Amino acid sequence: MLSISNLHAEIDGKPILKGLTLDVPAGEVHAIMGPNGAGKSTLSYVLTGRQGYEVTEGTATLDGEDLLSLDPSERAARGVFLSFQYPLEIPGVPALTFIRTAMNAQRKARSEAEITAPEFLKLARTTAASLKIDFEMLKRALNVGFSGGEKKRMEIFQMAMLSPRFLILDETDSGLDIDALKIVADGVNAMRSPDRAMLVITHYQRLLDYIKPDRVHVLAGGRIAESGGPELAHELEREGYDKYARAA
Amino acid sequence: MSLAAALKASDVTLLPSKRDEDWKWTDLRGLLRVLPPPSQPFVGEAPVGPFAGLANLPIHVVNASDPVVIRSASAAPYVVALHFAALGGGSHSATAQIELAEGANLILLESYEGDDADYVANLDLKISVGANGRLERIILAADGVNAVSVSTADVTLGAGAQLAQTVLTDGARRQRIETRVAHPGAGASVRLDAAYLLADKRHADLTTVVEHQGVDGTTSQLTKGVVRDQSRGVFQGRIVVAEGADRTDARMGHHALILSDKAEIDAKPELLIFADDVQCAHGNTIGAFDEDALFYAQQRGMPEDVARGLLTEAFVGEVIDRIEHDGAREVAKAWAAKGLGL
Repeated sequence: MLSISNLHAEIDGKPILKGLTLDVPAGEVHAIMGPNGAGKSTLSYVLTGRQGYEVTEGTATLDGEDLLSLDPSERAARGVFLSFQYPLEIPGVPALTFIRTAMNAQRKARSEAEITAPEFLKLARTTAASLKIDFEMLKRALNVGFSGGEKKRMEIFQMAMLSPRFLILDETDSGLDIDALKIVADGVNAMRSPDRAMLVITHYQRLLDYIKPDRVHVLAGGRIAESGGPELAHELEREGYDKYARAA
Repeated sequence: MSLAAALKASDVTLLPSKRDEDWKWTDLRGLLRVLPPPSQPFVGEAPVGPFAGLANLPIHVVNASDPVVIRSASAAPYVVALHFAALGGGSHSATAQIELAEGANLILLESYEGDDADYVANLDLKISVGANGRLERIILAADGVNAVSVSTADVTLGAGAQLAQTVLTDGARRQRIETRVAHPGAGASVRLDAAYLLADKRHADLTTVVEHQGVDGTTSQLTKGVVRDQSRGVFQGRIVVAEGADRTDARMGHHALILSDKAEIDAKPELLIFADDVQCAHGNTIGAFDEDALFYAQQRGMPEDVARGLLTEAFVGEVIDRIEHDGAREVAKAWAAKGLGL
């Protein structure tokens, strides 16, 4: 599925990723953990094509197709979805309008027919119900005046609606209380399937109690410093990131 | 100094110039070395404008120089479409008098259009709304690219009267749409909105003056603009709260997006408060496109042009959503979509 090899990236000439190599096969959930400033969010933005994040070396492919040469919307149409650490407020655009516009743009890019209004509303209603989102909220401007937890829930709602193949969750647990965390985790777990893969970026182990990873990687100093099974997350929780900080 | 006076006397020295504080960003004297001759009478089928189908009474005039008078006492909402076209060049100046009797309810759908000829058009409106009357006024200005056009409305509101106004414009070579509102009575309420979408070298000046002279008046003002290429938007908003106009609540907002390095916005929001017990606020923001929001929309699958269109339409949409008349709001939505190239 996702294959990253020797990836180097910089912001304003400052190197952040320094030879990152990572493979996430279909059907698996991989966690990326690491100290603040290690490049976790940079990795998510490089994979999704945000302006200002310049790749200087290396490759990233999804099912063998080069991602780095595609613009952000083309990557989305191929199934790459980023749940933002800080979801944006979009004044004047109701959440449903925003998602439907995105969905139809993706479909158009894949030469598929647009979703009809009744189909879209039906899908939105059932998806909202499963995430315990009040349908009325979807008629309001996206994320405007929403609490941190509501914004994260809206990210998962968009994810469920757009049904991507490769999911990147950037600090999805921040700002969530325990009940909201369970709802969000249930929503994410419902999307696990043999033909999807996920990259869960998190500073804390807590989220991984709810979204169980197959592999855990430590990102420090711009590369993968260590990889292991789920037990690695517990070890990090106990011992912290000090040894990687020193190594970097 | 006014365009009307200059046209009447055929004297360019009477044109407003940058020496006049209120005209410093819309200098007509510096622009016009000579005034064009009077427009020729128009022969042919006159255009009816975008609102004719919505009106109880559609009025359309070409190269107007005769006065238009509308008087209404209808308590049920009555819709008048008033369309001014400028065709074939030249200059012309017209007046319109609109009187709402006590308790009358009028929806005035005003529109301007022009061809590509060089023309100079002036329109002076005198509007009075009787006590507890209500006027919703929509102005859709579609002047020609070479036009110099000025529209000035003086509005007087009786006690408890309401004015809800929305100006929509894509500018002209030089264009000014000015609204002056006086609330001498108590408890009058005003909504004074505008949207401008400018491209190429177009210029639009939205100037408003609201004078609260009675108690318990409210003003809610929202202007939004988008400028690109080498266009120039001017917003001058002045709210005066006279001594004794207690419990006035006045809010003014002007927000603009600059989409090119060579486009320009000049804004002057002013609150002049001479009463004690009032609530007044103004907000003015001018900035570039929100690149973070743009990336967010792209990440969800929208190509850049779709994302920009959606976000810009939403930005201007806030003004259009405040239009109460359903038909006019739909015309305004279509106007915005076209102006944004959607």
